[in-house]
Amino acid sequence: MVNWMRWFPENVSTYGGDVDSVFALIYWVGLVWFVITLGTFGVFLVLYRRRQGRRAFYITGEPLRQATWILVPIAVVLLLDLWIDWRGAPAWAKVKGQSPPAELTIQVTGRQFVWEVVYPGPDGKFGTGDDRQFSNEIHVPVGRPVRLVLKAGDVVHSLFAPNLRFKQDMVPGRLTGGWFEATKPGKYELLCAELCGISHSLMNGWLYVHPPEEYQAWVKQQWPAARAAAERSPR
Amino acid sequence: MSPLPQSGMSAPHAAGHGEAGFWRAYVFSTDHKTIAKQYLAWGLFWTVVGGLLTVPMRWQLAWPGSDVPGWGVVGASEYNVLVTMHGTIMVFFVAMPILLGAFGNFLIPLMVGARDMAFPRLNMLSIWVFGLASLVLLVSFFVPGGAASAGWTGYPPLSGKVEYTGSNWGLTLWLLAHALEFAAFLMGGVNFLTTALTLRAPGMTLMRMPLAVWHQLAATLIFLLSVGPLIAGAVMLLLDRLIGTRFYVPGSGGDPLLWQHLFWFFGHPEVYVLLLPPVGFVCEVLPVFSRKPIFGYRWILWATGGVVGLSFIVWAHHMFVSGMDPRLAMPFSISTILISVPVAWVLFAMIATLWRGSISFETPMLFALGFIAMFVFGGLTGIFNGSAPVDIYLRGTYFVVAHFHYTLFSSTVFGAFAGFYYWFPKMFGRMLSEPLGKLHFWLTVVFFNLTFFLMHNIGLAGMARRTADPRPFEMLQPHQWINEWATVASFLLLAAQIPFVVNVIRSLVAGAPAPVNPWQASTLEWSVASPPPHLNWGEALPVVERGPYEYSVPGESQDWLPQRRPLATGA
Repeated sequence: MVNWMRWFPENVSTYGGDVDSVFALIYWVGLVWFVITLGTFGVFLVLYRRRQGRRAFYITGEPLRQATWILVPIAVVLLLDLWIDWRGAPAWAKVKGQSPPAELTIQVTGRQFVWEVVYPGPDGKFGTGDDRQFSNEIHVPVGRPVRLVLKAGDVVHSLFAPNLRFKQDMVPGRLTGGWFEATKPGKYELLCAELCGISHSLMNGWLYVHPPEEYQAWVKQQWPAARAAAERSPR
Repeated sequence: MSPLPQSGMSAPHAAGHGEAGFWRAYVFSTDHKTIAKQYLAWGLFWTVVGGLLTVPMRWQLAWPGSDVPGWGVVGASEYNVLVTMHGTIMVFFVAMPILLGAFGNFLIPLMVGARDMAFPRLNMLSIWVFGLASLVLLVSFFVPGGAASAGWTGYPPLSGKVEYTGSNWGLTLWLLAHALEFAAFLMGGVNFLTTALTLRAPGMTLMRMPLAVWHQLAATLIFLLSVGPLIAGAVMLLLDRLIGTRFYVPGSGGDPLLWQHLFWFFGHPEVYVLLLPPVGFVCEVLPVFSRKPIFGYRWILWATGGVVGLSFIVWAHHMFVSGMDPRLAMPFSISTILISVPVAWVLFAMIATLWRGSISFETPMLFALGFIAMFVFGGLTGIFNGSAPVDIYLRGTYFVVAHFHYTLFSSTVFGAFAGFYYWFPKMFGRMLSEPLGKLHFWLTVVFFNLTFFLMHNIGLAGMARRTADPRPFEMLQPHQWINEWATVASFLLLAAQIPFVVNVIRSLVAGAPAPVNPWQASTLEWSVASPPPHLNWGEALPVVERGPYEYSVPGESQDWLPQRRPLATGA
């Protein structure tokens, strides 16, 4: 209940651990502060409750010497803030910065209320005859970086893959993108994380992470005509 | 006042000072205290509406697709209306009118020693324009297509075209209601600043002004400086909807992200507009009930100044994954997390005020303490959201819903109740019942936590906010009990407000008359009759001779010294 780290769905991406560790850092720092702050607060409430014949002390907190009681904890807060930023920056850069070279690029377009998933096919190019489109399912090989090109057809959508720790809005008129590398084969849920209209909560889908052979089999099944070409091509 | 028999109250109703006639006294009044009550009445009305909207919403989340008693099944479109209007109402039509409209209007002239606001007629115009805004919003529920359903943030293109949401006039009226309300608060804001800066009583220097007034001014300043871009943005959205301009339409030079920037440039400062007035209330209540000066008056002012400044450079933390340049994320993440410094300062100063005090636990104090405890927690969960990499996961989940309820509910409910219980005797001239008040506090604090705490957990488990139906999501199935739990707790949280309603009605009908200064407090408003007469001060303005928090001064026989110099009556 209170150990929030256990509530995340299983992480299956190479960078998910970085995100989770920044979360854990903030969790522990926050928990310690919460306990110290509310503990002090509670102790004060008990110790200094009104009692017969005892008068409050006249302490204005104005002189620097008294304000030090706050200045010091505040300096610690500042340092902890900077620590969290320091640990956060590389995690952010890993997820949202330059993506590593990827063999597979997939284009996903959000449209009320479906994810249109387009593969470039064996030629590796979008907009050619061997493109194939799927609805609400993304198939990728395990252990390979995958690049995503994200578009929106009508309103703002947001592709959320909890197990990957991946989320990115799709904005009409603007190309957005991202990348991920899945670490474990399986079937993982996708959902839309930005209110997109009446059937927003029906806009979900699945990410299938396949072992290499299984992925090749899936590719062959989808592009039977190009099978021979695909086998020869390095892509 | 004149239609009422002036029984018992020794207020100096100098001839000609009372407003004549029922209409002039209660409806078309320029008296800041009456306008405050009018804002309060609207705010309470909308609290009931906004609170009851959560009943079908929560019911649908707990038992999706089943009949809500007396309502029917909540459809997806209807759910979007509920979630949109709950947010809109609570932020703009409950928190704003109560925290600023009611308390600001009531407190500022009384606490600085003015007879009324600087521009009383403008003030009356403000409440009337707000009334108009309220009526427009009310009408929007009953037009074909229903009320607005694009979320309280109204992101285009969703909010730009009828076919995307189904709301036609509903959304247009929603925009119009916002525009009118902003106009009302602009007029109010001009009054707040001018009154506090120019109409202070003799001796009321700026550094003797109570923190409640300072925080009203800080909130007003933030509002005045941030609302312009949103008004411009709203007008563009209105034009997009009504006459086919394309400000937010991609492909012809428009850009949906423009709205997000304009909205959040206002929207994030707005949360500080809602936080700071309650911080001010709590800064008044703590010294009185611990009989000690506030810890570090000037330091608190600097910290609040820091909040005001930082509030303008954090807005894009709502947009880390919106599609804006990812290189912008870390600077905004750093500025966001830095806000913890001034906010923690104020909270630590509040806790330090308790140190070596003489604390008693009357209802206003309980709510003030509740504010501190809940807000510390809500502030800490804000750091998760403020951290850009963590926010990739958290953005748009129930974790965010839990976070902003811990911050907004603690400020606008716990903070506002602290102020309400504290100043009710001054406002209405009657005492409230302490046992009922304490019952109200404990029920509220328990059911508030039961309602919202586990929303963090279900958010971490992957539940997206604005989900109209949790059933399609396999990963949520093991956690559906949390939705049921939160729903039951939220109903009990609503029921927990019954003691409050009973208390207020009982007090207004048969409560004990309030003395001038029931809490033995120092600030000026406690030196006039409860309720204060029209024009507040009788013949002569009060003269102020010391700061607002002179409690337990060594060598003095009583443990409080009033700000106001005693009248030279020879007694």
